[in-house]
Amino acid sequence: MADWPGTDKAPHGSGNPQEPRPSRFVHRVLDRWRAFRRGKAAYLLESGVAKAGIGIVLFWVITAILAPVLAPYGPNDITGAFKAPPSSAHIMGTDLLGRDVFSRLLYGSRPILVLAPLSVLCAVAAGIVLGLASGYFGGRVDDVIMRLLDAVMAFPTLLLYMIIIAAVGASAFNVIVAIAFGGTPGIARVVRSLVLDVRNREFVQAARLRGESPLYVMFREILPNCLGPVVVDACLRIGYAAFSIGTLGFLGLGLPPPNPDWGRMVAEGRQHLTTAPWIVLFPSLAISTLVVGLNLFADGVNESAHRL
Amino acid sequence: MYPRETEGTVLQVEDLRITYETRGGDVKAVRDVSFEVYEGESFGLVGESGCGKSTAAFALMGYLSRNARVDGGRVWFRGENILDKTDSELREIRGNKLAMIYQDPMCSLNPSFRIGNQLREVLSTHMELPSEEAYDRCLNMLDKVQIPDAARVMERYPHQLSGGQLQRIVIAMALLCNPALLVMDEPTTGLDVTVEAAVLDLIRDLREKFDSAIVYISHDLSVVARVCDRVGVMYAGELVETATVHDIFLNPLHPYTRGLMRCVPGFDIDKYAVSLSSIPGRVPSPSALPRGCVFKPRCEFAVDECGKEPPRLRTLEDGRTVRCLRWQAVADAETCAIEGTQQPGTCAAPDDTGPVLKVTDLKSYYRQDPTWIGRVLGKKTKCVRAVDQVSLALQSHAVLGIVGESGCGKSTLAKTIAGLVAPTDGHIEFLDVDVTQPVEKRPPEILEELRMVFQNPNSTLNPMQDVKEIIGRPLKLSGVVPRSEIQGEIRRWLKAVNLDESYVDRRPRQMSGGEKQRIAIARAFASRPELVICDEPVSSLDVSVRSSVLEALLYIQSSHGTSLVYISHDLSIVHYLCDHVLVMYLGKICEAGSCGAIFRPPYHPYTEALLSAVPVPDPTVKRSPIHLEGPVPSALNPPQGCRFHTRCPRKVGRICEEEEPPVQVAGGGHTIACHIPLDELRGIAPITMGRGSKA
Repeated sequence: MADWPGTDKAPHGSGNPQEPRPSRFVHRVLDRWRAFRRGKAAYLLESGVAKAGIGIVLFWVITAILAPVLAPYGPNDITGAFKAPPSSAHIMGTDLLGRDVFSRLLYGSRPILVLAPLSVLCAVAAGIVLGLASGYFGGRVDDVIMRLLDAVMAFPTLLLYMIIIAAVGASAFNVIVAIAFGGTPGIARVVRSLVLDVRNREFVQAARLRGESPLYVMFREILPNCLGPVVVDACLRIGYAAFSIGTLGFLGLGLPPPNPDWGRMVAEGRQHLTTAPWIVLFPSLAISTLVVGLNLFADGVNESAHRL
Repeated sequence: MYPRETEGTVLQVEDLRITYETRGGDVKAVRDVSFEVYEGESFGLVGESGCGKSTAAFALMGYLSRNARVDGGRVWFRGENILDKTDSELREIRGNKLAMIYQDPMCSLNPSFRIGNQLREVLSTHMELPSEEAYDRCLNMLDKVQIPDAARVMERYPHQLSGGQLQRIVIAMALLCNPALLVMDEPTTGLDVTVEAAVLDLIRDLREKFDSAIVYISHDLSVVARVCDRVGVMYAGELVETATVHDIFLNPLHPYTRGLMRCVPGFDIDKYAVSLSSIPGRVPSPSALPRGCVFKPRCEFAVDECGKEPPRLRTLEDGRTVRCLRWQAVADAETCAIEGTQQPGTCAAPDDTGPVLKVTDLKSYYRQDPTWIGRVLGKKTKCVRAVDQVSLALQSHAVLGIVGESGCGKSTLAKTIAGLVAPTDGHIEFLDVDVTQPVEKRPPEILEELRMVFQNPNSTLNPMQDVKEIIGRPLKLSGVVPRSEIQGEIRRWLKAVNLDESYVDRRPRQMSGGEKQRIAIARAFASRPELVICDEPVSSLDVSVRSSVLEALLYIQSSHGTSLVYISHDLSIVHYLCDHVLVMYLGKICEAGSCGAIFRPPYHPYTEALLSAVPVPDPTVKRSPIHLEGPVPSALNPPQGCRFHTRCPRKVGRICEEEEPPVQVAGGGHTIACHIPLDELRGIAPITMGRGSKA
């Protein structure tokens, strides 16, 4: 068909005069901004819960970035008497070895803020691949993947972490491996159920009729439509991961000493709770505020995701 | 403030104005709507989606959503203003004196309670009847809405009943307290033609038995013609015309009404004779209304004066009202007859170059494997025989229609041909290549020659892709145009489906249902396939949008010379569009032939019933539809012999139950699978289809 005989009717949606565009680039930036203001992200800023969460998390992120500037001492420097109570020189006191609790606290925010999101990211990546394959192919593939994941899920999470770290040794990398491994089955299940819903929609059938490869159908047609709930779920998991990292530190399975680690700080000070409560108090407060902040943020994301 | 004193008025709406407060500002959804409903009358409210019909209906119930604001007006219901009532007063009235029936019966009944309990609850709440008396009344009411075996139905849960039965139950529930007014919001839209016809007849019967007045909301004028006495036509939040059903159909005074009526293809036209007419453009967004008359941009009668100020609603001497300056011109214009005012059809007749698609003895069964416990207990694999021994051939450039009720296997047949469902047995030959396998195993060069257009506009396009990607992808894959020309080709396709170029950057959520289907059509035709299968592409669209989408489909099909398989339960569209028609029932073909032959005797008894159920946009046509008794039997365990015998009104006798009917050839490729001799079938009186029917 070489020529396209036009119809003489006015096309749909015509008569919407476009305002003159300053330039392509500026226009695109403006478009993005408007889309952001209209989109779900805008709802996030309307919600008080989310604002509180973002505030707390931002506080810790800035602390982590500025730790070398804010900290009066190095994290491992012995700077005063053992178990000295808070004073002007050590506003949160010192620990068993005479290190400044405040400085260690500031530096201790760094590993947890890096490891928690990173481990969740790994879990999400693995969960998406497994969930997509299992939901899209179904049948035997689904059976094998799901039974393996069920086996992983059968272990209590903490036990699973301990087994993995006991087997491969305590290090930052292994903490990521352990938490990602523990989180993957849950994410894979979420992804799988979303895929089962999207898989039968008509646009997927249209893609199959075009002869698209399974990889294209999975990653370009199905996955983008599943990401919303997965992101909400992942936000919640970052909070859990932060808490797990604290727990692992407490059990001596986190970063090897002498790195500042909130969980380990609590563990070290717990025998001296009655004589030097500040050693335990401040790192515990730090962990709980961070986790609460992350959870509030996740709740806000969840809330705004449901508003549209 | 009291309502005007009128004898026998149940409901009187005066200057109702409703505004929705949204993030994007106020939306004036209903503006200055006034109408009355008299005792025992049924009043139809008609218009496209987005015209404010449902908002108006909800206002009658005092049921507006939280962000709705009543800016003015009154709704008098038996002398009291509904809009002034408090929530507890409204609870007293709703369900008792005012009842509403919604579009989806599945959603209006609670899936976890038995039907009987839900019915009795109405009586115990409003009338405080003792349990036994309530039970008897419910039973009695179910009988009145023609539910067979009412006592057993009372014990069932909603999911155990069919859509038609559920809608009857909802109607029964609404009638239990003998309400003064019944509001029905598109109660038959989701139902099959045959079921729709039965429900509409029921509503008409009930009007005589009960003295409830009815407000019936629909987008379909032919449905309204069947049940209503008077009609109000709404457009963009305004009531543009009210009149009796007869006057509206014989002599519409508002150009919009006229346009709506011409959108329904009558049975007197086909694609070779005239092209479908539609109302150009679409309903303006209530937040951006045109100046003056709201219909002016789409109006063929518009003059400059129309754009100056909004026309007022004038009342004519015979009681009709119309909101148009040029009503006299509209009245003097030719009546709704199709001739003359329309362009002639531009379709080429099909070639005789041999079949594009040949299907022989195709079977498509869905296996229902028992669980492993079931296997241990000795259960066997059951098969849903969705398609059973179907043969067909499709000529190049021709349009083949497949009709039947839902569950007859027409969609499965289409998906099996397309390769989305693996066939169980039989042969499919497409362009002389054997394609009896699922699409993943078909030879790659054949893939771009077959495409589908799907039913649901909301799931047919990937919500995360924009139009550029949606239409661009098949162009890129098939290589029909060089890569550098893909952008230009996308724009040409948009033009071909009559959409503006600015749509290239839109996502599905920024488009209406009709626009999404246009994009889906463009996507299907983009690789210039030989065959396109359309699975009810317009059934979820408004009547007015329907015809314009079909027009685009037909235009592209005929200009590209594509063959088309068109699946539908709407016989008027099939009559207009198709060259050949297959009538399917429970996986089997009961009648096949050219379009003209199917719509004239001899009929298969099933075709006859289907035809008689089609609502006709003409209140002068009086006919009694043939009611098919009972539900469609399960395809898990289809009846022996002729599959239609359990519901057939012309059943001959035992032979129908025992022997498979012979395929009788009536000449010209017309075949009927029935035990009744052809000569007898020829003698059946033709069914009047209204508007100058051929028959």
